[in-house]
Amino acid sequence: MSLSLLSRGEMQFDQILQYVLSGLSTGAIYALIGIGFSIIYNATGIINFAQGEFVMLGGLLTLTCLEYLKLPIWAAIPCAVAVSTVAGLLFERLAIRPLRRPTPINLVIITIGGSILIRGLAMLFWGKDTHSIPSFSGDDPIAIGGATILPQHLWILGITVIIITANKFYFYHTISGKAMRACAYNRRAASLVGIDVRRMVLFSFMISSAMGAMAGIIVAPLTMTSYDVGVMLGLKGFCAAIIGGMSSGIATVIGGLLLGVLESLGAGLISSGYKDAIAFIMLLLILFIRPQGLFGKADSERV
Amino acid sequence: MNRSLISLLFAAVTMLFSANAFAAAPIKIGALFAITGPAAFLGEPERNSAKMVIDEINRAGGVKGRKLELVAYDTAGDATKAVQLATRLIKDDKVVAIIGPSTTGETMAVIPVAERGQVPLISCSAGSKITDPVKKWVFKTAQNDSLAVGRIFDYLQKHKLHNVSILTVSDGFGASGREQLKAQASKFGIKIVSDDTYGPKDTDMTAQLTKIRGSHAQAVICWGTNPGPAVIAKNVRQLGIKTPVFMSHGVSSKKFIELAGDAAEGIMLPSGKVVVADQLSNSDQQKKSLLSFVKDYQNHYKTEGDHFGGHAWDAVMLIKSAVEKGADSPQAIRDNLEKTKGFAGIGGIFNYSAQDHAGLGKDAFVLVEVKNRDWVIVK
Amino acid sequence: MKRELLKFAAFTAFVLLMPLFFKGGYLMNVLVFVGINTMLAIALNLLLGYAGQISLGHAGFFGLGAYLSGVLTVNYDWNPWQAMPVAAVVVGCLACLIGFPILKLKGHYLAMATLGLGIIIYIVFNETIELTGGPSGLSGIPNLAVGEFTFDSDVKNYYLVWCFALAVVLFSINLANSRVGRALRAVHDSEVAARVVGVNARMLKIQIFVLSAMISSLAGSLYAHTMTFISPASFGFNFSVELLTMVVIGGLGSVYGSFLGAALLTLLPEFLRAANDYDIIIYGGLLVLMVMFMPGGLVRGFPDLFRKIFNRRGGSEHA
Repeated sequence: MSLSLLSRGEMQFDQILQYVLSGLSTGAIYALIGIGFSIIYNATGIINFAQGEFVMLGGLLTLTCLEYLKLPIWAAIPCAVAVSTVAGLLFERLAIRPLRRPTPINLVIITIGGSILIRGLAMLFWGKDTHSIPSFSGDDPIAIGGATILPQHLWILGITVIIITANKFYFYHTISGKAMRACAYNRRAASLVGIDVRRMVLFSFMISSAMGAMAGIIVAPLTMTSYDVGVMLGLKGFCAAIIGGMSSGIATVIGGLLLGVLESLGAGLISSGYKDAIAFIMLLLILFIRPQGLFGKADSERV
Repeated sequence: MNRSLISLLFAAVTMLFSANAFAAAPIKIGALFAITGPAAFLGEPERNSAKMVIDEINRAGGVKGRKLELVAYDTAGDATKAVQLATRLIKDDKVVAIIGPSTTGETMAVIPVAERGQVPLISCSAGSKITDPVKKWVFKTAQNDSLAVGRIFDYLQKHKLHNVSILTVSDGFGASGREQLKAQASKFGIKIVSDDTYGPKDTDMTAQLTKIRGSHAQAVICWGTNPGPAVIAKNVRQLGIKTPVFMSHGVSSKKFIELAGDAAEGIMLPSGKVVVADQLSNSDQQKKSLLSFVKDYQNHYKTEGDHFGGHAWDAVMLIKSAVEKGADSPQAIRDNLEKTKGFAGIGGIFNYSAQDHAGLGKDAFVLVEVKNRDWVIVK
Repeated sequence: MKRELLKFAAFTAFVLLMPLFFKGGYLMNVLVFVGINTMLAIALNLLLGYAGQISLGHAGFFGLGAYLSGVLTVNYDWNPWQAMPVAAVVVGCLACLIGFPILKLKGHYLAMATLGLGIIIYIVFNETIELTGGPSGLSGIPNLAVGEFTFDSDVKNYYLVWCFALAVVLFSINLANSRVGRALRAVHDSEVAARVVGVNARMLKIQIFVLSAMISSLAGSLYAHTMTFISPASFGFNFSVELLTMVVIGGLGSVYGSFLGAALLTLLPEFLRAANDYDIIIYGGLLVLMVMFMPGGLVRGFPDLFRKIFNRRGGSEHA
């Protein structure tokens, strides 16, 4: 079927453009969630499987602010982000910090347990239905060449760029950001020079839950939201972070965009049923050729 | 004098005895619903409806003076759990009949358990293969997918739309729909020009729809359950696709219109009559059941009843009338279920027989269209 | 070694006597799945607890075993007893082939690659509809049978599955106490150091990966022939994560720990059923609490708690 498309020349360009644009906007979301993974991983060495749940919380809290508290959208979003950040803070204080023997694998299971718990609470609170949130600025399609996108896609791309820039600024130009980077390089050394590592860990959870929530909010008008929306998005975000070598910068963004575009092109040109498989096969090939990740440098192992 | 005293005593004793029996032995009906998990949109209204109708029957004095008791378990949409719980219903709870499970996959997994345990199973899921071929102990109340497909193809044939694109979800519901769409197309002179799928949790289907836009389809048929079809409706609008769009009965509830918003306008789909109950003509046999179901559900749960809940409602009512006709042993219930004729329920008018355990005809579905954020029957 | 044998004998007796307590109720059916999950948890524990290699795709091998058994018996009329070993060998070969590139990866890259592998396998089950029945599943898989005797009831299946599970337990205990086991632990602690003292770490990891995949495949075949119905939903990413949880909750590197983890996580939902919609919250909360208070897993945590209660000075840190 894809061959017949290729034979029709001018149609093809429009279609490819549409695939790429769709892929980029989905990929931006993966990237945002992926950076959340990376920030926590760098500060703590934890792969936080509850990351997707903060995406869910962002969307559903916005819904509550809009529908029940009757807040306007510009007030509802910061509210939802603030509450999610508090949830991230509580999660770190109640589940991560008290751990007596924090081996990486134990921490992974804790976050899995935590994500089940958060999802369960959300199910009780918001029910099992899917909910929709109105777009920020209408649903009239915008034509770009032969392809179309929605105003919401521009919001997604714009907010992703802003968050990543802010992120960069924080990590490289503020004291606390630099302290957090120091923790990422070497926690022992960081604490020796007087950095409060535990506080940095707490910060990392707060920042990444806020980012996850923001991702959940900007994507909800397009994809709807429900108590279990975080599972799939969390998984994709995790993949984006891995492709980006768990960097909290541009590499993860590229990872997310790459994943989104691969999925979209796979669905359009090869087979929609196998689109996720195609994306994952590409990822496996990348890993097989470069076992240290797409952007990673091979480093020597300490014995 | 003495004589009347004795007869009075006798009457008192009988009354006591029967009252005792009434309290002691309710008729136990088992239920397996996917109350949590990905199929919760089926399981929850089903559980609610079953509970509601059983409470009502009990308030009205039960069946033949005995109360009904619902033993409902949550399968979370998981076939393994469904099998374990079916075993539990049969062996530990000793129910006389089982309602559910909610999905075709779970039902197929549970069928061997019910057959071996010799307990009638009334499935609430749509897959045609549940009762085709006929299995001795297995019935179903959900309309077959083939009926829904037939409704859409009828319309397409009438309006001379021969080239269609299909876009189905890659879970049990979508796979079953896809199979029926492909199987029946040639019978209606319809050609499927593109055949795509999407994942149940996918958030963007523009890639598939872009491909469909590039084909020569005169209509798009999408088979899925919320929220996928609502995303598709929005994507269709974004891409400016002008061909008629059809959905499946999987989204025939107000929820779909709420999720898709303006993008839902003009979309057509086959649906059980429950969403358009008030628009039916008074001569419609189902109208009475439908209106009372819709009203009760609204009163109980403050939300609209849909036809998924209707499947459980029908199942309880079918069991009730089977018990009324004979004994309450699983064997007797099965035999009397098979003799059900002309029962006007929520899903349609049921006529079971030894050759047909699905029991519904083409009239179980109507084609509806979204107009001004409501369902309207397509004439 | 003698102590190990005694322990195993006690465990076997415990397993064999279990059915007497349940008299064929539905819990028998759940216990069949405890057996299957025990096999899976041990398989994953060999990889994770002994060799230190994580896998988030073991549900894929489990599913491959189930589907190979199912497809061969349903579509090609094979005898289940033939299908089972063939499935295990095919899965073993596949694991060997994939093992070479995949086990070169470390840490989260390995997690990611195995996760991807699991998802690809899952998608293949979903999409090869002519063969597997796709998302609607494959039904009519025959029960295992010996002559006229068919394993078609829960009690029969219980003994069947547990025969295999006990064999896996015994095998794994032997493996752990052998030269290979010691080499594995060396690899776990430091691969480079192990290599220096002459352990072929790479081959060892691949061998364990293959072994682990084959046990999972066997468990899958048993699952298919006891359930007689399979659908892709049972073999998704969630189940891989559940297996990982079983291993860690039970105790890394402990065979009996894997049994405890599998038993707990399989039975817990049944006991939480009374809590209705709250069950998922309690389940998640319990997971968090268990890791918090028994970081070494149930197998070390219980004796710890015990010691703590009866001897307040107890050396709980040296479990």
